[in-house]
Amino acid sequence: MVDIRHGTGEQIGPAEVEDVELYHPHSWWTRYVFSQDAKIIAVQYASTAIAIGMVALVLSWLMRLQLGFPGAFAFIDAERYYQFITMHGMIMVIYLLTALFLGGFGNYLIPLMLGARDMVFPYANMLSYWLYLLAVLVLVASFFAPGGPTGAGWTLYPPQAVLSGTPGGKDWGIILMLSSLILFVIGFTMGGLNYVVTVLQGRTRGMTLMRMPLTVWGIFTATVMALLAFPALFVACVMMLFDRVLGTSFFMPAIVEMGEQLQHGGGSPILFQHLFWFFGHPEVYIVALPAFGIVSDLISTHARKNIFGYRMMVWAIVIIGALSFIVWAHHMYVSGMNPYFGFFFATTTLIIAVPTAIKVYNWVLTLWRGDIHLTLPMLFALAFIVTFVNGGLTGLFLGNVVVDVPLSDTMFVVAHFHMVMGVAPILVIFGAIYHWYPKVTGRMLNEAMGQLHFWVTFVGAYLIFFPMHYLGLIGMPRRYYEMGEAAFVPASAHTLNEFITIMALIVGAAQVVFLFNLIWSIRHGREAGGNPWRATTLEWQTPETPPRHGNWKELPVVYRWAYDYSVPGAAEDFIPQNQPGSAGLASEEAS
Amino acid sequence: MSAETHSHVREPLHRPAGLAGFAADWASDQRTFKNVSWGKAMMWIFLLSDTFVFGCFLIAYMSARMSTAVPWPNPSEVFALHIGGSDVPLILIAIMTFVLITSSGTMAMAVNFGYRRDRKKTALLMVLTALFGATFVGMQAFEWTKLITEGVRPWGNPWGAAQFGSTFFMITGFHGTHVTIGVIFLLIIARKVWRGDFDTERRGFFTSRRGQYEIVEITGLYWHFVDLVWVFIFAFFYLW
Repeated sequence: MVDIRHGTGEQIGPAEVEDVELYHPHSWWTRYVFSQDAKIIAVQYASTAIAIGMVALVLSWLMRLQLGFPGAFAFIDAERYYQFITMHGMIMVIYLLTALFLGGFGNYLIPLMLGARDMVFPYANMLSYWLYLLAVLVLVASFFAPGGPTGAGWTLYPPQAVLSGTPGGKDWGIILMLSSLILFVIGFTMGGLNYVVTVLQGRTRGMTLMRMPLTVWGIFTATVMALLAFPALFVACVMMLFDRVLGTSFFMPAIVEMGEQLQHGGGSPILFQHLFWFFGHPEVYIVALPAFGIVSDLISTHARKNIFGYRMMVWAIVIIGALSFIVWAHHMYVSGMNPYFGFFFATTTLIIAVPTAIKVYNWVLTLWRGDIHLTLPMLFALAFIVTFVNGGLTGLFLGNVVVDVPLSDTMFVVAHFHMVMGVAPILVIFGAIYHWYPKVTGRMLNEAMGQLHFWVTFVGAYLIFFPMHYLGLIGMPRRYYEMGEAAFVPASAHTLNEFITIMALIVGAAQVVFLFNLIWSIRHGREAGGNPWRATTLEWQTPETPPRHGNWKELPVVYRWAYDYSVPGAAEDFIPQNQPGSAGLASEEAS
Repeated sequence: MSAETHSHVREPLHRPAGLAGFAADWASDQRTFKNVSWGKAMMWIFLLSDTFVFGCFLIAYMSARMSTAVPWPNPSEVFALHIGGSDVPLILIAIMTFVLITSSGTMAMAVNFGYRRDRKKTALLMVLTALFGATFVGMQAFEWTKLITEGVRPWGNPWGAAQFGSTFFMITGFHGTHVTIGVIFLLIIARKVWRGDFDTERRGFFTSRRGQYEIVEITGLYWHFVDLVWVFIFAFFYLW
């Protein structure tokens, strides 16, 4: 088997593809607005995602205010509360996390890390962003539509998402939501095809698949999954749109609303759940796999040590990606499906824990006896590991049918998925932004503001979500507008709710510090230089920082894997991927 | 077709045969699929994704049809045409399918002539393919009109399960949209071929990239896919 680490003496084949001709912008509009440069598109994607993410953050504040201080704010009535829940969930999962990881980091890092000049089809890549923006605008429009946005919950379960008399289906909200999702899927497909083809066919000389940084592996696998999972969401949205607008009965059984027999009949709400979760469960890993990849690179770089078990890490990513397509019905244990299904899906769900655990062990073993620099990206990476293990363990609870049934639809579920696919990936996003911001802007983010942001966010997130596990165990249901006088909820639970709300407000406010830091540091940050973290991967070896259009003067040639940190005998504690042969070894230079 | 001209391969690649070659390709640098251009790879992956879209539609249809509590309309009666005093079952669908399969044949010929750089034959065969496609969509419109006049609606029909109309219009409509997009795409590419864009390496209007005759084959991939999907729709809707 080929040694993935060192290319000493290995012949690097000649270029198989002629150097691409790039579209050269000739005006401000085509350079910065309708840009075909993946780096600009990445910044556009990321800015839009963060902007809409801030809306979702404010919505979560409003929800928490109602839960912590029921009735204290008159404008949060039950209907608005459901709208806030729905929009918060949908925005965070799809329009923030998916768009930021794949559209943002994918666009920026894939061409740079692989030594490509750009994505393979820059024009389609540009269209991808504009369709995404259109999807976001349609979503935002629902806030201003008659009746406001849909209140169906982010899962949009029928029949309540279709019925005109419920918070879910009334007025325009659900129509705009479904239209927005359809646009998002079409737009994402254009970008996703680009990412996949660039990884498969657009690498530079010497960059084999098994020399790619794990970041690219994570984003690549997630994109393949998205291309196979989003079709189910697309189909479910089209069918529900027809149910709502044309009066078809794909998902609608015979039903009586307000004492009136509706025209619907013969449809299956469970069919929607299957379609939705065939998308929805891979979606969890579409968000998690890029986070896994990025965190591997952050840990290796900032612990100055090669990633432990690179091959195993790659195969774990691929296996998790494949397995995640056959676990979807663990979201449906209480839907009344055949118990044998539950048995099957519980088994597959628990099997996923094996490759995931391998990854966690490998991260910890990478840290072991490493030269750990507690930089901001490293702090966020460490926080991710802790949070992810925590959320993963509660996932084992919920993956078992018998444990899940009593915990279903309680705050325990909320705590679980916020830990594992909310807080954990967001921590990686923060770490990644602190890590790559110097490459994007040429300046470092402010350290003091960053420390404040990190500690408040990390500790605060635990103070918010840890108590929720307890609330769930005593049976407090989720998605309830108010608890009223439920006998099983002790007074202390209400105190806890107030505490969680106050912590949520504080953590939310800390994000304003982060946003200020992002803007302030563009002008006032410390000059970063080309490679401030002394990292090996190609994006740090560009001739200019920030990299210009086309990324490279001459395309780089890759001679080694991405993890040559602290190589014994080397002159420096890192050897860039494009450094030939054993030139970096001091002993060789001396002889 | 020669790999040298169309995939920018500068020298013949020496690769081991069989499974070892497969592994060597995946472990190699630059490209996983040797001799496959970016455009072709992108179309194949798109078609894989689109397969999942059609797959979800058809599975939804099957689940609706299998779980229905009321009778499902009988396809050989519903889709029959009254010709010469008797009902001929599935006659229209047979003609439609024949036309679409024929168009796949003309498309394959167009690809062949494209690689021979025979501008006129390529363009004419593509236009012919587009005409067959348009004929197919036209007959589909006729079929829709017939069913609508007989009272079939997305939300109900005179003969049984309401899901018959909704799945029928949704899936054949979605497929018809694919055919229509294919027809438009074929005509655009045919015009470029006719004008000689791929001989003069004229730059694309939107992408400003130089075009190549390979786009004829990529269009062909899409067209054959749409054809193949029709075979499944035909089998599940009309023969079940």
